[in-house]
Amino acid sequence: MEHLIILITKPDNVPILAIIFLLPYFMWLSFSQGRNNDLAGTPAEASLKDKVYVWPYLCRNEFICAIIILLILAVWSITIDAPLEEPSDPTKTPNPSKAPWYFLALQEMLVYFDPWIAGVVLPGLIIVGLIAIPYVDINPKGKGYYTLKERPFAIATFCFGFIILWITLMVVGTFLRGPGWNFFAPWKYWDPHKVVPLTNVNLSYKFGIRDVLTANVFGFVVVAGYFALGPIFYLWKVRTSEFLQELGLVRYIVVSFLFLTMLSLPIKMILRWVWNIKYIWVSPWFNI
Amino acid sequence: MCRGLMGSTALYFMNEKRNGLKEKIVNSQIWRSMFRHGYENTGRRYTLQVLQNVWLHLHPPRVPRHGINFRFTWCMGGITFLMFLVTAVTGVLLMFYYRPTAEYAFRDVQYLEFDIPFGMLLRNMHRWAAHGMVIAVMLHMFRVFLTGSYKKPREFNWGVGVILLVVTLFLSFTGYLLPWDQLAFWAVTVGTNMARATPVLGHEGPFHPQDITQENDVRFALLGGTIVGPSTLLRFYILHCVAVPLLASVLMALHFWRVRKDGGISGPL
Repeated sequence: MEHLIILITKPDNVPILAIIFLLPYFMWLSFSQGRNNDLAGTPAEASLKDKVYVWPYLCRNEFICAIIILLILAVWSITIDAPLEEPSDPTKTPNPSKAPWYFLALQEMLVYFDPWIAGVVLPGLIIVGLIAIPYVDINPKGKGYYTLKERPFAIATFCFGFIILWITLMVVGTFLRGPGWNFFAPWKYWDPHKVVPLTNVNLSYKFGIRDVLTANVFGFVVVAGYFALGPIFYLWKVRTSEFLQELGLVRYIVVSFLFLTMLSLPIKMILRWVWNIKYIWVSPWFNI
Repeated sequence: MCRGLMGSTALYFMNEKRNGLKEKIVNSQIWRSMFRHGYENTGRRYTLQVLQNVWLHLHPPRVPRHGINFRFTWCMGGITFLMFLVTAVTGVLLMFYYRPTAEYAFRDVQYLEFDIPFGMLLRNMHRWAAHGMVIAVMLHMFRVFLTGSYKKPREFNWGVGVILLVVTLFLSFTGYLLPWDQLAFWAVTVGTNMARATPVLGHEGPFHPQDITQENDVRFALLGGTIVGPSTLLRFYILHCVAVPLLASVLMALHFWRVRKDGGISGPL
């Protein structure tokens, strides 16, 4: 318990604690408005058709908001000091070495993927994928008001990525990862000598494949087959689905690739926890 | 009560005198050169107040009623900008006391904390405003997504916003190194170690050519060395104080301008 208090009261963990409270509040704020709009049929925002003068009405709100935020910042700055540890020493590696809190979801991904995927490819795809959202989301509904019913796939996907994969992994990286990046319950002492058996094996090994070349081909087939699920679904449904026809092949490929890539993280997490799978595909150049 | 004490006649003459002085001031050449419009309660003046003010003209003269509603906007975009301004002001002040060299950096932060009046407060405000900015920018993105505000015609501005999110994280990350303590050093070491594994351009990444070694790969370009060292400190300092804030300012100008040009705050049509 003492350990948990130390973790929580670490100055640099305050933002994470703030997020733990702020995010559910804003989720409630937005989802309840979305539900009300869905139940009412017309969004509440549409009933307020008239315009108001920016000065004084908007400027007043901005001013009050700025004062409140600056007040919070002032209290935060007076009560909690920014951390300053001992001078930097390249010969003394702390265990665990953690990135700043907003990168801990990426650091957490390193458990499940090699650095070139977790540290470079996936962050790159997150950025590209976010920028691509407006161009692949052809649903004209739900523009400028809260709703859940009118765009269930978009909201579910974004919330899964943001709340589960980004924020939750950040919280896990902060509170549950100790020395050696081993998993510790929040109230457990961070024992640097914790013994963790290395029982991870590759997927091909689980299937009884011992030959390197066969394992390589097997891994390729599994990974290619996984990403082929998207096009296969398209070919299966395109004739009957008006939505897919309207979406078009290019948009569909982008969406399915990004979606399957995002899902690959929870899939690999489950494979690791349940079956101790390390890699799906081991090749001479890279491992996935 | 005041009126009762002074008597209404005395008050009348005082008001007269004050109004006379006020008229004189607001009609003077100096005043009129600074403030083009009066202060009467008319729609025309409210409009001019916004149009003729360089800071306020980012806003349109009027917005839809839901645009001033906290439940709709959460104020998160504005809070992000406010946090940026706070870090800019406190950051300039911090620069007076900080030298970005391995010999002095840590000592200067210590000196700031223990010997400079309000130095600790200054540093705290800078750090917590930076963290606050990261939180606010994430929540801003969450709100914009949930209200579908990225949809046509705002696609491009959403993209600018995503880049601004990345820039915010990078600003915060480059600043993380500057105290030059163990926390800073190892957080940045862990963070930049990823660059080794960049495909093609990193010396441990897949498909890298033989010519790419740890002395000329993308991580070397970022660190100015093979490990985090004095040149990394200088590079991150310049990125943190000059290059990235400039980039952020340019992108913010674009972002705000596009909000106006794409039809102001989003709403159901």
